Amino acid sequence: MSAAAPAQAGLFDCRDSFASTIEALAEADPRIVTVVSDSVGSSKLGGFRKKWPDRMVNVGIAEQTVVAVGAGLANGGKVPFISAASCFLTARALEQIKADIAYSNVNVKLIGQSSGVAYGELGPTHHSIEDMAWLRLLNNLTVIVPADPWQTEQAIRAAAAMNGPVFVRVSRMPVPALERSDASFEIGKAETLVQGDDITIIANGTMVHRAVAAAKILAGEGISARVVNMATINPLDEAAILAAADTGAIVTVEEGSVRGGLGGAVSELVTANTPVPVRIMGFPGFVPTGSADWLMDHFGLTATGIADAARQTIARKR
Amino acid sequence: MPFTPHKRQNDTAALIAEKALWIRRRSFQMVYEAQLGHPGGDFSAADILSALYFGVMRYDPSKPNDPARDRFVMSKGHCTGVFYSVLAAAGYFPEADLSTYMQPLSRLNGHPNRNYLPGVETNTGPLGHGLPVALGIAIAGQIDNADFRTFVLTGDGELQEGSNWEAALTAGHRKLRNLTLIIDRNRLQQGARTEETASLDPLDDKWRAFGWHVEMIDGHDHAQLLDVLSVDPATRDKPLCIIANTFKGKGVSFMHDNVAWHHGVPNKEQYEQAMAELV
Repeated sequence: MSAAAPAQAGLFDCRDSFASTIEALAEADPRIVTVVSDSVGSSKLGGFRKKWPDRMVNVGIAEQTVVAVGAGLANGGKVPFISAASCFLTARALEQIKADIAYSNVNVKLIGQSSGVAYGELGPTHHSIEDMAWLRLLNNLTVIVPADPWQTEQAIRAAAAMNGPVFVRVSRMPVPALERSDASFEIGKAETLVQGDDITIIANGTMVHRAVAAAKILAGEGISARVVNMATINPLDEAAILAAADTGAIVTVEEGSVRGGLGGAVSELVTANTPVPVRIMGFPGFVPTGSADWLMDHFGLTATGIADAARQTIARKR
Repeated sequence: MPFTPHKRQNDTAALIAEKALWIRRRSFQMVYEAQLGHPGGDFSAADILSALYFGVMRYDPSKPNDPARDRFVMSKGHCTGVFYSVLAAAGYFPEADLSTYMQPLSRLNGHPNRNYLPGVETNTGPLGHGLPVALGIAIAGQIDNADFRTFVLTGDGELQEGSNWEAALTAGHRKLRNLTLIIDRNRLQQGARTEETASLDPLDDKWRAFGWHVEMIDGHDHAQLLDVLSVDPATRDKPLCIIANTFKGKGVSFMHDNVAWHHGVPNKEQYEQAMAELV
């Protein structure tokens, strides 16, 4: 199974990684089924449907039911992967995710597609910048935000391998494959992509490669910035965050709201243990009209914007 | 694989009647002791649950996760008095546990939790959750061509939740004959009559229009319950909706069809009078 050719050289759509991985897993495990709410194309599950039409359950445009049916399928011995646009899946069906999946603690995998501001000009109804804030509060629910195609595959495989509910936030924004000296993935374990002692940039998802680029800019100025990819937001890698606090300043970056998501999680831990200045980067709330790239530029979610924030946060060190 | 219905025992109806009476008495004792609960809806559903657990469903309480078991989903999860009583009567846990109902750290939460108690298929409480989950269970059975049945009990006011109608569409579309919905049609919701709130009638036409086979019965008549619940699903090509006409508070004169007993709890005098009537 190889992912479809990326739109631009060197850039990848992580949905392709999801699709090829779920097909490989389904080949080996007949319990795996996909559950969609008229979201076959947007989930890139056309190939799965062709191979296993009886193992794809399409409930129509009905997010509450797509989640509940997943819970029922798990009860019936299946390993369901529910795939739908993250904005609708998490907002429309939040109570089903809470009661039927997390509180019931069932073996269901939720795939939130085209997350963040990927739908750009379509506006805040179609953005899912709130999803991390409301999902990470739910006990039992593992929440993963992979950063590139390799990590997306690892996250899907890890989700399938564990017995319990998992949410994987998948982006359609083109991202490069990250360079790793030691490629390993473990749920709840952050990876340090760049070593550094002056400040730590904690990012996840589509923001990780931008954080790495920011660290390169800072390195040119003699600032040693650590970059931590916090792919799992629940459970949180507390040791990695507390170690980040030892650098004396933290910047968090996420393709999501500045309230309650990765930045909120990091701040909760740091303020309770080792208070240091924390700058939370993301979107302030409902954003104005603009493409996804424009929105990221506008709100400083770029290599230069992150580098600026890092300098300012270092200046606040005690 | 064809579905094999239970062999009907001659004494099945008598057993259902005996258990229904026990369930009513025991659930009311739970509510009285806890001074919490939903006794009106417990009583409207008591005969339905007794018929399911003692006349229709195939299950082994010592193997609550047996893949071949029939499933029951309690969508009206607030009526835990009747649900916990029937699970105890069926042997899922000791009757003595019922005395811990809603006490601190009890497994018997106000709404059922599958991680606390065997026999609970999914956690319910918020309304409109049971049918969509039961739909998923039935689809799993359909994919595997398994012969287990999936039953779900909803209230009637609960049908005002739109999630039920999403699930109704897909169940009809997939012709899920292994799925049986029973509606506890007591015509009272928390605050008033359903027909004075957001009317449901003609309820049978609605389900037929969604592709379901509909039966309307007296939900307190054990013979009628057994008849419609025992029909071999192989004989139809649609999901089954049983509209069980019931009364909130059925069995106790001062509670009968009285909205005050949705979540009313008895004082000592009321408790003693009710127990004197429930014989």
